[in-house]
Amino acid sequence: MKCWVYDGAMTMIFGIPVQAFLGQLLVGLINGSFYAMLSLGLAVIFGLLRVINFAHGALYMLGAFIGYLLLTRFGIGYWPALILSPLIVGGFGVVVERLALSRLYDIDPLYGLLFTFGLALVLEGVFRYYYGVSGSPYSVPPLLSGGTNLGFMFLPNYRGWVVVASMIVCFGTWALIEKTRLGSYLRAATENPGLVQAFGVNVPLLLTLTYGLGAALAGLAGVLAAPIYQVSPLMGSDLIIVVFAVVVVGGMGSILGAIVTGYMLGLAEGLTKVFYPEASNLVVFVIMAIVLLVRPAGLFGRDA
Amino acid sequence: MKLSYLVSAALLAATAMPAAAAEISDGKVKIGILNDQSGVYADFGGKWSAEAAKMAVEDFGGKVQGAPVEIVSADHQNKPDIASNIARQWYDTEQVDSIMELTTSSVALAVQGISKEKKKIDIVTGAATTELTGKQCSPYGFHWAYDTHSQAVGTGGALVQQGGDSWFFVTVDYAFGYSLKEQTAKFVESHGGKVVGEVRYPLGSTDYSSFLLQAQSSGAKVIGLANAGLDTSNSIKQAAEFGIVQGGQRLAALLFTLAEVHGLGLEAAQGVVLTEGFYWDRDDKSREFAQRFFKRTNRMPNMIQAATYSAVTQYLKAIDQAGTDGTEAVAKELHSMPVNDVFTANGKVQPDGNMVHDMYLYQVKSPSESTKEWDYYKPLATIPGNEAFLSAKESGCPTAGE
Repeated sequence: MKCWVYDGAMTMIFGIPVQAFLGQLLVGLINGSFYAMLSLGLAVIFGLLRVINFAHGALYMLGAFIGYLLLTRFGIGYWPALILSPLIVGGFGVVVERLALSRLYDIDPLYGLLFTFGLALVLEGVFRYYYGVSGSPYSVPPLLSGGTNLGFMFLPNYRGWVVVASMIVCFGTWALIEKTRLGSYLRAATENPGLVQAFGVNVPLLLTLTYGLGAALAGLAGVLAAPIYQVSPLMGSDLIIVVFAVVVVGGMGSILGAIVTGYMLGLAEGLTKVFYPEASNLVVFVIMAIVLLVRPAGLFGRDA
Repeated sequence: MKLSYLVSAALLAATAMPAAAAEISDGKVKIGILNDQSGVYADFGGKWSAEAAKMAVEDFGGKVQGAPVEIVSADHQNKPDIASNIARQWYDTEQVDSIMELTTSSVALAVQGISKEKKKIDIVTGAATTELTGKQCSPYGFHWAYDTHSQAVGTGGALVQQGGDSWFFVTVDYAFGYSLKEQTAKFVESHGGKVVGEVRYPLGSTDYSSFLLQAQSSGAKVIGLANAGLDTSNSIKQAAEFGIVQGGQRLAALLFTLAEVHGLGLEAAQGVVLTEGFYWDRDDKSREFAQRFFKRTNRMPNMIQAATYSAVTQYLKAIDQAGTDGTEAVAKELHSMPVNDVFTANGKVQPDGNMVHDMYLYQVKSPSESTKEWDYYKPLATIPGNEAFLSAKESGCPTAGE
C-alpha cells in the first residue's frame, strides 16, 4: 500500500498528481449520487405520468427540512428520519397528486409543469419566510462522523455512506420497475393506460403511488444531503436545474439513463472543478447541448 | 418695537417647519432599500435591512423638516441589470430620493453609477468592494459598514500575526471575490507571507469539497474564503467534514457575519475568526437597539443591518441640517457631519465617501462558552478606523481631492 501511494505521488495525470485526481473523481461520484437519486425520481414521474415535475427540488428541500424538524422539535435522530422523512414527503406527494395533479392529466402537459413550478415557489417561499436562507445546521450522525484516510484522500465516512446508499436506492428502484410484476403494470400503464385498466388494474392508484414514490425518493435524497449542505430553502433550486439537464441527457423517462447519467455528469463536473472551476456550473449544460445535437432523444432514450 | 421683533421671530420659528417642507422635493422623503431578498445573501442583509431602515425612520419620528419619510424596498436578485432597472424606475418615476444597502458589489457599482449620473445619493452598507470609494467613487456615494480592505486587515491580519504566512484562496467569481482576495493577498504579502494558489468558483455553488481538496493538497497554512453568505457557511461546514482544521490548516472566513454564524450553528462555526463593524452585545446602546430589532424580526442584527439603521438615520439628520433634500446640500452635510449612533461612536466620512470607523475582531464561541441565545462572539481586538480603511489619498478616488 505504502509503495503504491509513493508511486502515485510520482504519477501525474493532465498535470495534477494522481492522488488529487482520484480524490476529485470520488468527490464527483458523491455529487453524482445526488444527481442520480433526484433525476431517477424525475424520470420515474415523467416516464409514467408524463408530468415534468418542477417541484422535485422543493420536495428534496422538504425532505431535508423534515429531517431537521424531526430532530429539533421531536428529538428524532438521523436513522429514523431516513425512513420517516421520505414517508412524509411521499405522503405529501400522494395528497398533491390526488388533489391537483390528477386533474391535469387530460389537458396540456404545460399545466402540470406550471402547477409543479408554482408549488415549488410556494414551498420555498414558506420555508424562506420562517427559516431565512442561511440555513439551519444538521450534524452528521455519530456513527458516521469522522473520516477514513484512503491514501489519496481523506474521505469523510458520511460521504462514503451517501455513495453506497444512493447506489442501493437507485438500483433497487430500477429493479422494482424493470424486474417485478408491479413494475410491469407500471410500464404497461405508461404504454396503454386504457388497456391496462380493462385488465382490472387500478391505473389511477398506480399513478398516485408513482408520484408518491418519486416524491419519497426526493425526500430521501434531502435527508441524505442534510448533514453535508446547509438545510436551506434554496438547496432545491440550486440543484433542480442540473437535475433536469441530467434527465434530458439520459433520455426523458429512461430510468437507467437517469441513473447512469447522474453519476457520469457528477464525475464530469468534478473534473471541471479541477481544470477550470469557473465553468463548473456550465459544463453540465454544455454536455446537454452536445448530446441534444447528436442524439436528440438522449443517451438512453428511444426515438419517438 | 423690541417686543414685536420677538413676536415675529417666534412666529417665524413656529412656521419654520411647514415652510421648510417646501424645500423637500415632492413633499416627502423616499428611501429605497435595494438588496438580495431571496438568494444567498438574503440573511446577510435582506428584508431585515429594510426592517432596520423602517426602525430608523420611526426612531427619527417619521418626519424630517415636516415632510413624511417613506421606505420602499426591492429584491435585485444579485443581478446588476435588474438592480439598474429598479434604480432607474425609482429615480425617474417613483420620486425615490436615495438608494441604500445594495448588497453584492457588482450591483452596488452599477447602482452607484446610475445615482452619480442622476445626481442622487446612495449609501452602500451591504457591498464590500473598495472600488465604491476608489476608482468608481461618486461625490454623492457613501460606503458605510465595512469593505474588503477592513476585512483583509482584520481577519487577514489576525491570522498572519499568528503565523499564517502561506495562503490558498477559495474565491467567488465576481467583483467582490476578486477585491476581497486581492486586498487580503496584498496584506499577507506585505507582511512577509505568500499566496500559494487560488480557485475561483461560481456564486451560489453548493459543493465545495473539490475546492477544499485542492486547498488541502496545496499545503497552505491558511485557507482564505473570499466569499460571503450561504457560500461561506457551506464552505466551513464542508471543511469540517474533510478534516481540514484537524489537519492543521486554518480557515479564514474573510466575510462572515452573525447571520451566517447563527445559520451554521456554534458546533460547526466555533473558533472561526471574523471581522465585523457591529456586535449586538457590545455595549448598552447596541443591546437596547438589538432587543428592539429582535422583537420585530426574531433575530439579532449583524453589521449590515445595524449600518443600514445608521445610514438612514444619518441621511435624515443631514436633510434636517441642510433644511432640504437637495442632493448637493445633503451630500455636503453627510461629508462633514460626524457619525455618532448605535453603530459607531466615532465615525467620520472621508472625501471619497467612505465612512471610517472602528472595526472589531471576534472569535466565534464554542457551544460550551455560549451562555444565552445569540451569545456567539468573543471580542479579540479593536481595529482603529484609520487602520481598517484606506485613506482618501490611498483610495484612488479621482473626486476625493475636490
